[in-house]
Amino acid sequence: MSIDVETARKVAHLARIRVEEDRLPGLAEEFNTILGFIEELNEVDIERVEPMVSVTPMRLKRRKDVVTDGDQQAKILSNAPDAREGFFAVPKVVE
Amino acid sequence: MVGLNKLSISDARDRLRAGDITSAELTEDCLAAIEGSDALNAFVHNTPDIARDQARAADARIAAGDAPAMCGIPLGIKDLFCTKGVASQAGSAILEGFKPEYESTVSQNLWDAGAVMLGKLNMDEFAMGSSNETSTYGDVVNPWRRGNEDTALTPGGSSGGSAAAVAADLCLGATGTDTGGSIRQPAAFTGITGIKPTYGRCSRWGIVAFASSLDQAGPMTKNVRDSAIMLEAMCSYDEKDSTSSDVPVPDFEDMINGDVRGQKIGIPKEYRMDGMPGEIETLWAEGTAMLKDAGAEIVDISLPHTKYALPAYYVIAPAEASSNLARYDGVRYGHRAKLAKGEGINEMYEKTRAEGFGDEVQRRLMVGTYVLSAGFYDAYYNRARRVRSLIKQDFEQVFAAGIDAILTPATPSAAFGLGEMADADPVQMFLNDVFTVTVNLAGLPGISVPAGLDKMGLPLGLQLIGRPWQEGELLNLAHVIEERAGFVAKPEQWW
Repeated sequence: MSIDVETARKVAHLARIRVEEDRLPGLAEEFNTILGFIEELNEVDIERVEPMVSVTPMRLKRRKDVVTDGDQQAKILSNAPDAREGFFAVPKVVE
Repeated sequence: MVGLNKLSISDARDRLRAGDITSAELTEDCLAAIEGSDALNAFVHNTPDIARDQARAADARIAAGDAPAMCGIPLGIKDLFCTKGVASQAGSAILEGFKPEYESTVSQNLWDAGAVMLGKLNMDEFAMGSSNETSTYGDVVNPWRRGNEDTALTPGGSSGGSAAAVAADLCLGATGTDTGGSIRQPAAFTGITGIKPTYGRCSRWGIVAFASSLDQAGPMTKNVRDSAIMLEAMCSYDEKDSTSSDVPVPDFEDMINGDVRGQKIGIPKEYRMDGMPGEIETLWAEGTAMLKDAGAEIVDISLPHTKYALPAYYVIAPAEASSNLARYDGVRYGHRAKLAKGEGINEMYEKTRAEGFGDEVQRRLMVGTYVLSAGFYDAYYNRARRVRSLIKQDFEQVFAAGIDAILTPATPSAAFGLGEMADADPVQMFLNDVFTVTVNLAGLPGISVPAGLDKMGLPLGLQLIGRPWQEGELLNLAHVIEERAGFVAKPEQWW
């Protein structure tokens, strides 16, 4: 599997990270180095092996479906780069 | 008089309780040491006012009697922990100016036990790195040097600020976090002790997430006893972390008794790497001999999937990170890019993240995005998760065969020079974690304990890996190595 400039551009966009055009070839090369390293995993026989889902042998706890927190609007907005009238403000999303 | 900042946690505790010293005096000595430590770049946000208030409160509590062991002990906190009203940036420019409205469970546990916060400690950006060279605050410099050279060395990473601060006696202990070795590798590079407990021992709530199935907090301290004391204060069951465990937290310090007779210690052949320096090989053999001398039984074991741990890690960790770090979008906190006329919300996301994240973080987020993307999810992510199952089974099989703990080197080398790896490809840097990363994948406890010096006078560490929830037994074994190795070297102060 080899990553070309087009794939690098697509991945950068999916990750929502702007990468200037002149940096894409270098980035593709770095990806290929890392993916080449990861390819080693193809040597392993994984037939009949389940993907690991729980790190320690424990059941996730359940809790009552009730409100445990809330009513902290001012605190939630206190670190926002732009907050107005009790909301996060962002550039216009809908035309 | 020697500065009180040079005390261990256990000595300080005893002297505080005896009324021999006060937390206020201890705290002042640490603050003075921090003042003079700019060259190390370990502390990045100092909180002297909070420290003095907490020290005063601790002194009152100690005077009233019945104070917990950590009461009055000045600590540094890794920047990854959210601390209420105090900058918490995870070493990243994207969290510039972020001051949480809440306190992480682990740091809250420490303050509830009466500990004193001196400030926040430098680290690799979002804990992604093994040399503390990816931080927005700049590199941390290891207080240790090679012989008489003045080459600046890495303290390791990602908890490099924590390691340097403890090794340089700027604080009595520090919090660290460990996703692939970020407590144990820097501890080994700076001649201190660091333990990553079993996954679920310490609540992850309020710790900036990197890879949620791998992240664990732990203490970094001047010796094994101190790690036992501090770890106990950090652990708790926490409803706010769904993977937090409610197994009882024992008195870890009480479990250090030096008796390891009859314990079976596994020596895994796969950890004998090509090109490993002879000194590491020798140190490992010496550590083995020390445990044998103390009455442990040494058993050669095999962990056949070890070589696949790093590649599996470099799928799973970036995948989880790409999801966790999606929240840094310029909307709720931290940096937001300035937009040109006509630019909309997508440009805001993309520019904000390009400006706010450093190169290493960007690279890992994109790798994570790629391995999770349509068409590659099975080939990479699911395959890595299956390999992870096999790595965990390797450990389960040796433990089922009666092995109590596993002894390995902590790192494949001593601390290297800052910038020395700049021209290497990213994979070369990953190799730093070759001995530690298996432990995170399997969720096991692992401790790094200093056991000797190399020929340049740099510290080297050994790692012990234990069964789930057996931190007490692990600390006891580490203490045996610590005692027999007689490691007392300290870096000579040049800063």
